[in-house]
Amino acid sequence: MTDDDDHSHHHEEHGSELSEMQLRVRALETVLAEKGYLDPAALDAMIEAYETRIGPHNGVRVVAKAWSDAAFKRALVEDATKAVQSFGLINRVGDHLIAVENTPTLHNIIVCTLCSCYPWEVLGLPPVWYKSAPYRSSAVNDPRGVLADFGLTLAPDMQIRVWDSTAETRFIVLPMRPAGTDGWSEEKLAALVTRDCMIGTGLPKQPNEIA
Amino acid sequence: MDGVHDMGGMHGFGKVEPEADEPVFHAEWEARCLALNRAMGAIGAWTIDEGRAGIEMLPPEIYLGSSYYGKWAQRLENMVVARGFAGADELAAGRAARPGRSMQRKLTVAEVPRTLTRGSFFRKATAPARFAVGESVRTRNIHPATHTRLPRYARGHVGVIEAIRGCHVFPDSVAIGAGENPQWLYTLLFEGRTLWGDSADPTLKVSIEAFEPYLEPTQP
Repeated sequence: MTDDDDHSHHHEEHGSELSEMQLRVRALETVLAEKGYLDPAALDAMIEAYETRIGPHNGVRVVAKAWSDAAFKRALVEDATKAVQSFGLINRVGDHLIAVENTPTLHNIIVCTLCSCYPWEVLGLPPVWYKSAPYRSSAVNDPRGVLADFGLTLAPDMQIRVWDSTAETRFIVLPMRPAGTDGWSEEKLAALVTRDCMIGTGLPKQPNEIA
Repeated sequence: MDGVHDMGGMHGFGKVEPEADEPVFHAEWEARCLALNRAMGAIGAWTIDEGRAGIEMLPPEIYLGSSYYGKWAQRLENMVVARGFAGADELAAGRAARPGRSMQRKLTVAEVPRTLTRGSFFRKATAPARFAVGESVRTRNIHPATHTRLPRYARGHVGVIEAIRGCHVFPDSVAIGAGENPQWLYTLLFEGRTLWGDSADPTLKVSIEAFEPYLEPTQP
C-alpha cells in the first residue's frame, strides 16, 4: 500500500469515529496475530497483490492475445488453464479455468448464484454488483433484464447462455473481436477489452470509443 | 442447505447497480478482512468449502443485511471461536489472553505467493464417470440441511451433460468433515423453459457444474 493510500484511509477512518466493522476486524487481526497464526506484514503483502498485480488487466491481455493470435485462441478455448499458464507473466491460475466464446449467435454470461465464485486470477476480485443479491438472483432467469441494468440490449434472437459457477471450475468470456480493427496490434486491441465483457454483462468497446 | 444464499431465480431484490470506476476495496477494513480470511485458509484452519458453509450458516437477516466483507468478518469470528483458534472473550477484548492453537504453518510474508496460487481440486478417480457427454440426466430432488452446491432452482430437472470436468473434491462431504470423497464433475445444460416454465426467455440456456451424486439417469 502506498503512502497516498495511507493518507486517504487516514482521512476516511479517523475523520469520524471508527466504524464497528473496523473495530471488529482490527480485534480479529490483533488476536490472530498475537496467537501466532499470522504476521500482519503478510496481510499487507497479500493486499498489495490484490490491489496491483491481480486484476482484470490479466484477463485483458488474454483476450487481446486471443483476438490477435488464432493458434492461442484455439488453445484457449480448448484448455484455458493450459493456454493461460503458457502465457507467462501472470500468476498460475489453478487447474480449472474455462474460456467460453461469444459468437454472432451466442452470448455467454457468468454468475455464481450460491456465493461469489469468480476467476480471480484473470479478473481480480469481483465487483460488488457481481456478489449482490440482484445479480445472483436474476442472471439465471432474467439475463436480458440484468443486461438492461448495464445498458446492454442484445438482438432478440441472440442465444443466451448463463454459466452458474457452482464448483471450482471458473469461467471467462471470450468476447467477439470488434469490427474495424483489422491490423490492430495486441496492445491496441487490449484497450477495447473491458472487465464486464469478460463476465458477459458488457461488450468490448468499439474502435471509435477509444479514438 | 436451503438458505437465503441460494438465490438463483428469486424475485424482489431489485436492479443490479454497477458502480463506475469501482475501487478494489471500499474501506481498509475490507482489505484486512479479506486477507485475514485467506490467511486462516492458508494455514489450514479450514477448507474453502467449510468456509462457504460458514457464510451460509449466518442467520438470514445477517446474511441479507450485511455487506459482502461484513459477512466474511462475521464468518471469521464464528469459525475462529467455534474451532478454538481464539475465544469470544479475546475477540471482545481485542487482545489474546491465552496461547494459540499449535499449527504446522504460520502465514508469513514468504508464504504469501503460495496463498495467491490457487490450488487444484482434481483428485484421482476411483471409478469411471457414470455419465457421458450428450446424455440426458435428471438432477436429484435433494434438500440436505448441510452444505451443497446443487442450487434449488436446478433440482429435479432434466438436462444434458455437456462436458466432463474431471474428478473433483466433493464440497458436500468436505463441508461436514467427511473427507474429500472425490466425485466426477459435469457441466449440465438446461433449457430455460425446463427451469422456469413456458414464460421463460426462449433463447435462454443455463448450465450448472454438477457433481455426480447430484445426478440420476432419466430412466430408472
